[in-house]
Amino acid sequence: MNLGSMLAFVRPDLDWHALAPELTLLAVGTLVTVADIALDDKAKRMMPTLAGIGLLVTLVPILTLAVDGAERPMFGGAYVVDDFSLVLKALFILVGYVVVLMSVDYVREGDYYENEYYTLLLTSLLGMVMMASSRDLVSVFVALELLSIPAYMLAAWRKGGPRSNEAGLKYYLMGVFASAVMLYGMSLVFGVAGDTDFGTIAAALTGEGASPIIIVAILFVLIGFAFKVSAVPFHTWAPDTYEGAPTPVTAFLSVASKAAGFVALLGLVFVAFEGAADVVQPFFWVLAAVTMTVGNLIALRQTNIVRMLAYSGVAQGGFMLAPFAVAFEDDAWQLPGTDITTTPYFAIVVYAVIYAFMNLGAFSVVLAVSRRTRSGDISSYGGLFSYAPGMAVLMTLFLAALAGIPPASGFFAKFVVFWALAGAGTPAGWVLAVIVAVNAVIAFGYYARVLQQMWFEPVPEMVALGVDSGGDDDEIDVAEAANSTAEQDEYGDAWLATETRQATMVRFTPGKIPMTGALAAALAITAIATLAFGVLPGLVSHFGEVATFHFGG
Amino acid sequence: MLLNQFLLLGALLFAVGVYGVLARRNGVMVLMSIELMLNAVNLNLVAFGLQHDVVSGQVFALFIIAVAAAEVGVGLAIVLLLYRNRKSIAVDEFDLMKG
Repeated sequence: MNLGSMLAFVRPDLDWHALAPELTLLAVGTLVTVADIALDDKAKRMMPTLAGIGLLVTLVPILTLAVDGAERPMFGGAYVVDDFSLVLKALFILVGYVVVLMSVDYVREGDYYENEYYTLLLTSLLGMVMMASSRDLVSVFVALELLSIPAYMLAAWRKGGPRSNEAGLKYYLMGVFASAVMLYGMSLVFGVAGDTDFGTIAAALTGEGASPIIIVAILFVLIGFAFKVSAVPFHTWAPDTYEGAPTPVTAFLSVASKAAGFVALLGLVFVAFEGAADVVQPFFWVLAAVTMTVGNLIALRQTNIVRMLAYSGVAQGGFMLAPFAVAFEDDAWQLPGTDITTTPYFAIVVYAVIYAFMNLGAFSVVLAVSRRTRSGDISSYGGLFSYAPGMAVLMTLFLAALAGIPPASGFFAKFVVFWALAGAGTPAGWVLAVIVAVNAVIAFGYYARVLQQMWFEPVPEMVALGVDSGGDDDEIDVAEAANSTAEQDEYGDAWLATETRQATMVRFTPGKIPMTGALAAALAITAIATLAFGVLPGLVSHFGEVATFHFGG
Repeated sequence: MLLNQFLLLGALLFAVGVYGVLARRNGVMVLMSIELMLNAVNLNLVAFGLQHDVVSGQVFALFIIAVAAAEVGVGLAIVLLLYRNRKSIAVDEFDLMKG
């Protein structure tokens, strides 16, 4: 390395068309910040509209790139815009749009800091969009941090709420610790390969055999991402963070953040670690089996719906991890009775797309119902059908999808994963396929409990006032503050208010759920996607098929 | 080139950092331990970069330094928020949610 060659800096060729989605997102995020500074308080009401329109505008360059269809590598292959990245970018943008719809009223009624919320959400989405294109350790790392750092702040968004604080702290510590472990692994990978791009790493690892340094390097990198996708035993942050964070943020973390982790894993496993199959496959076999089983068993005994969905998310992550265990076993085989060919890679992409919409849908219903019940308890769903039949039907659809019952989309996702495992034709694949099937049955247990509450139980007379009941925190803080002496510290007071509220049972009167246009739109989008992917699996499998990698270095 | 010595120092720093994250109760000390882990990575990257004679090791290390600064900024903000709400930054006291 001589100094002269470093100083002779030549700007790399930038493909502005390929970068258009990222630049649009960046521009919208900046616009939201600047508009908030420049305009008066009344204009704050248009922030979510601005963010939502901005996200839809971002879809335009993604579509034009998809129509064009060319692979566009940049920065020596470190950043590649190909069909795979475009499919996932579109998914992230759509998920972001639904989360904005879910957030509008929650954030406004809670009187949380509006424009900062949307700016951080857009920044985190920018990180995810970049992750889909990253084909280099440096760009994977930068994208991961760009999506994580705003998410830490979003998790701790309710500044006065001790649970939200705790959610933020746990997420932050676990996330940063995982990043450090992953980076240590990356530094060893770099040491073995001699460069940071996936192509060079793949070439260096192929033929090397499983030397100790390669095993340590790969395991550290994969463990770092196992934290990100909340795989057991690295899942401990997930339930606490999901419960404590504001519900729209929880939906965002459980869907978008997890999908981003899987996108990074897809790139790393299928391109960079291709030559290290005998390290990668057993690791994922154990990880997937443990994640599914433990996630499902703990979910069975949850009483809070958000916590239950958190553990269900852990278990669903296990289903998504399973195809990695047979990642390099076979090329492609046909699903029985269809013309769809499946590979482990295809199964993961399809599962991620389907999971995103069904899980967002379930969280939208939780958000809507809590506007009436102000509770997060599963028991507060008693008799939902009698006073809000629409909500009960929608929740049934989403839970059926998560459980994998045929008309809804989740069935197709589980079916594809099962065939990817069974079709690999190895004993390991068969055993894992059986574990997947058994877990799908266990999972039905806790989803059915909510269904039973909604359809067959009477409306409860009293419900436990929950933490996540759509912005009632501040009302209570205000009431409490009025009673307390003026000397009391503002923050200490909020702490007391929420502490005493833990055991508060309030009388519950069933009635119409106060709906808003944005929330209804979020429910409609997720419901239509969940049904459409279930009835016409060709739609989603088409995305899975076109999402091919740019394998060149 | 003393590659092994650098790698051993890196491994030692990383282990000290991991120990600090797991054993320390004070939030600020945990953040400092995480910095130790990240700097162990930087040391590794620069040493490997010199061994392979490529700049990407140093470039990666620069990226980590920059991102770590942003990360710790957010971490300190969260610790400060906790201190305001609870008058304590002992991370093991935050156990409202379990199960």
